[in-house]
Amino acid sequence: MDRSQGRVTRLAPESAGDGQTVSGHRGLMLEEKLIFEQDEPGRCGVDLPEPAAFASRLGGLERKQAIGLPGLSEPQVVRHYTRLSQHNYGIDSGLFPLGSCTMKHNPRLNERMARLPGFGDIHPLQPPSTVQGALELIHTLAHWLKRLTGMPAVALSPAAGAHGELAGIMTIRAALEARGDARRKILVPESAHGTNPASAAACGYAVESIPANARGRVDLAALEAKLDHDVAAIMITNPNTCGLFEPEMIEIAAAIHAAGAFLYCDGANFNAIVGRVRPADLGIDVMHINLHKTFSTPHGGGGPGSGPIVLSAALAPYAPLPKVIEEGGRFRLVEQRAGEAAESVGRLKAFHGQMGMFVRALSYMMSHGADGLRQVASDAVLNANYLLASLKDALSPAFDGPCMHEALFDDGFLKDTGVSTLDFAKALIDEGFHPMTMYFPLVVHGALLIEPTETESRQSLDQFITVVRALAQRAQAGDAAHFHAAPRLTPRRRLDETAAARKPVLRWRAPAPLKAAE
Amino acid sequence: MRYLPLTDADRRAMLSTIGVASIDALFADVPKAAWLDRPVDLPPHQGELEVERTLGRMAAKNLPAGSAPFFIGAGAYRHHVPAAVDHLIQRGEFLTSYTPYQPEIAQGTLQYLFEFQTQVALLTGMDVANASMYDGSTACTEAVLMANRVTQRSRALLSGGLHPHYRDIVATHARLAGFTADMAPPDVAGDEDLSALIDERTSCVVVQNPGFFGRLCDLRALAEAAHKKGALLVVAVTEAVSLGAVQPPGAMGADIVVAEGQSIGNALNFGGPYVGLFATRDRFVRQMPGRLVGETVDVDGKRGWVLTLSTREQHIRREKATSNICTNAGLCALAFTIHLSLLGEDGLRRLARLNHARAVELADALAAVPGVTVLNDSFFNEFTVRLPVPAAPVVEALAARFILGGVPVSRLYPDAPTLADLLLVAATETTTTEDIDRFARALREVL
Repeated sequence: MDRSQGRVTRLAPESAGDGQTVSGHRGLMLEEKLIFEQDEPGRCGVDLPEPAAFASRLGGLERKQAIGLPGLSEPQVVRHYTRLSQHNYGIDSGLFPLGSCTMKHNPRLNERMARLPGFGDIHPLQPPSTVQGALELIHTLAHWLKRLTGMPAVALSPAAGAHGELAGIMTIRAALEARGDARRKILVPESAHGTNPASAAACGYAVESIPANARGRVDLAALEAKLDHDVAAIMITNPNTCGLFEPEMIEIAAAIHAAGAFLYCDGANFNAIVGRVRPADLGIDVMHINLHKTFSTPHGGGGPGSGPIVLSAALAPYAPLPKVIEEGGRFRLVEQRAGEAAESVGRLKAFHGQMGMFVRALSYMMSHGADGLRQVASDAVLNANYLLASLKDALSPAFDGPCMHEALFDDGFLKDTGVSTLDFAKALIDEGFHPMTMYFPLVVHGALLIEPTETESRQSLDQFITVVRALAQRAQAGDAAHFHAAPRLTPRRRLDETAAARKPVLRWRAPAPLKAAE
Repeated sequence: MRYLPLTDADRRAMLSTIGVASIDALFADVPKAAWLDRPVDLPPHQGELEVERTLGRMAAKNLPAGSAPFFIGAGAYRHHVPAAVDHLIQRGEFLTSYTPYQPEIAQGTLQYLFEFQTQVALLTGMDVANASMYDGSTACTEAVLMANRVTQRSRALLSGGLHPHYRDIVATHARLAGFTADMAPPDVAGDEDLSALIDERTSCVVVQNPGFFGRLCDLRALAEAAHKKGALLVVAVTEAVSLGAVQPPGAMGADIVVAEGQSIGNALNFGGPYVGLFATRDRFVRQMPGRLVGETVDVDGKRGWVLTLSTREQHIRREKATSNICTNAGLCALAFTIHLSLLGEDGLRRLARLNHARAVELADALAAVPGVTVLNDSFFNEFTVRLPVPAAPVVEALAARFILGGVPVSRLYPDAPTLADLLLVAATETTTTEDIDRFARALREVL
């Protein structure tokens, strides 16, 4: 067992103010200008032939002014983006316990599969006869998602989780309108992710907040008190954003359905229960699944994601387009809101969805299988509870009892230390970890939400535990200065976000002397 | 299981630390009625080799664009992507990072997004661009929603030259979010006059350039007409490479420009993931959807980048946010930025010229096929031809000869019999003279 790296990093005093070099670089930490500042007219990173002379048919709309793009050769471009990559922390670099984001290992097999010419180099509008394998893949992914959720229908086109939320709420609206029942409100727990109320509002609904009970769960009595004939749906995340399972989910579903409303489940945390609980058995009407969370398609610095929705029989007719249908071993696409899809809410995205993500997700699912996916949920929950158990006396757990896939703490352990949740997170960066999610969910003061995922080893968790415990002690010992100055060892130290917002500089512009010369 | 590091010994020791007897005890909150005590009915785990075999078999049933003369466009284009692009985006520090919530250890992502924003602003001729949207089609709907906010109106006017999918998406939102989308009929001839339809209730006019049917249009008069009535001009571009040759929308009075960025740096991928470009004027920046990266300094005074103007966004504003969007298309935006950095000014211009040249060659070759009429007087790398017979069976017949010969307009407008004979064809720098000859020859045989 390797615990040798579990020591707390200490900054040698003599190095504190001595990061200066002639070049501005510091060893492997290489400074890098913007590509626009490396421009040399006449340089180019591609070799393309000049076409033979021909008469333009651009209708007199030729672009005459310079665009302003810089000229660089390939080695410069490769070095530039390599250096930028080295200013980044990824799950490949180390533990990335960003709660609610599910930063798990991204298997490279999935990257290889998505790049097979038969998947990567096919056009969405090729004749269906030439893309039967692609349609088969989509159909197979749909089958896996239906089996894993127990839901009878799936729509794959939403481009991300929030897009899936919008799609799901639209199906609810369409179902209500079809029965002539215009309702105006959607209930959302206080702890919900911000996309939930934003998606409901984007679909024209008023949003009403419902409180949590003392155990961090939806307060069923408070919910029932809010239920009337104007409520279209409730959006519940389960497991919720506090990392807790909603034990009264079946009762909530019953109450919602009795009021003629629908139960939307935010499936952001499906990774905690995949293979162990089927959302259909909880009474859910529609749920989105973030393929980039549960099924490990790479987060890619903030996308692309993919947010398929699974639907109950009641909502299935309203699912967004397109659909893939199998008939006797052949696959066809339903792309129009007519005939068999006449009740569909319609199209929400061009073409057929995030195919590249479908390939990666199915590759991940097949690699794990029914047994492995069940183990994924178990190990994710085990790892989170191991962290919770190992940190509960050093930090302040927000709620009693075991958690699901993530452990939530409040900032009680930092009381009177002069150290905030933000400061604590920044100190973790110096120790070589990506911080946990901070200040979310909003229902907990100074929240620290830690999600280790199932792809962390026990050794990795032990290192993290050692560091977090030592930092908590350091904060409580009165060394607030250490935290206020953190991070010290990063490509950049704390950045002035207020200045960035006050006078936004959102693009590079050529410096003034150059302008004067034009 | 190769992705799961815990051993059974680990699990036992960890359960003992936690103080429970079994994993199941950690799931005690799950109602018994919903608890699965055995795996779901799906196959068991597989090794890399087996997964590769299964998925490889599916992939082999498809006809890749690169293995046949290929003339399909209609919103997604096959271009050559330099090898360096895919190599760089697969660096783990890019691939496996997340939204740059901790800017001190995400300067790589933030800096390339700042470069991306600058490139998009330059290409479109606009002041400012965001850090990307899901794709061009969803960006187009976001532009309509933004125009509704800016103008406080709720009636959008959509050109018949706008991609039918883009129109459909706006229509879906209009139906379910409660605004009006007036659709002009499909504009094959490129002679629609939207100016006359703009009134004091119009929030925006949405046009595409080059249009869906390929024609290029000077938008200055339309911009003026829209502005006169207090409406915005939204311009969609589905082929980003065209901006290397064609007057940018920003120079023709556009207020919001959205584009599909797939053409630069990104593979066809059967329709996604792609990358949406979204640019506007400085005065509208606080009404923009999506992430924005801004320049700032750190405590040592060094230049750096952060996510900024977040008070527009859902994680701060919740139901009052400008959009529900949370992510962008980070890695696809990176591919776009790297490819465009390799191209630079000279490379993009030459690439655009090449595309246009190939399309001109294709148009001349198809016009010489008996019964085929090229309908466009102007185009960039895609145009519409009228066949003497319905286009859909012709495309199938061409596919049987291993030629991917364009998109029958009926695929996108199935209920418009007058469009059934129309075929949309595209050429790019990947198209060879031999490809064009084979296409023209096969078309002669099929017709």
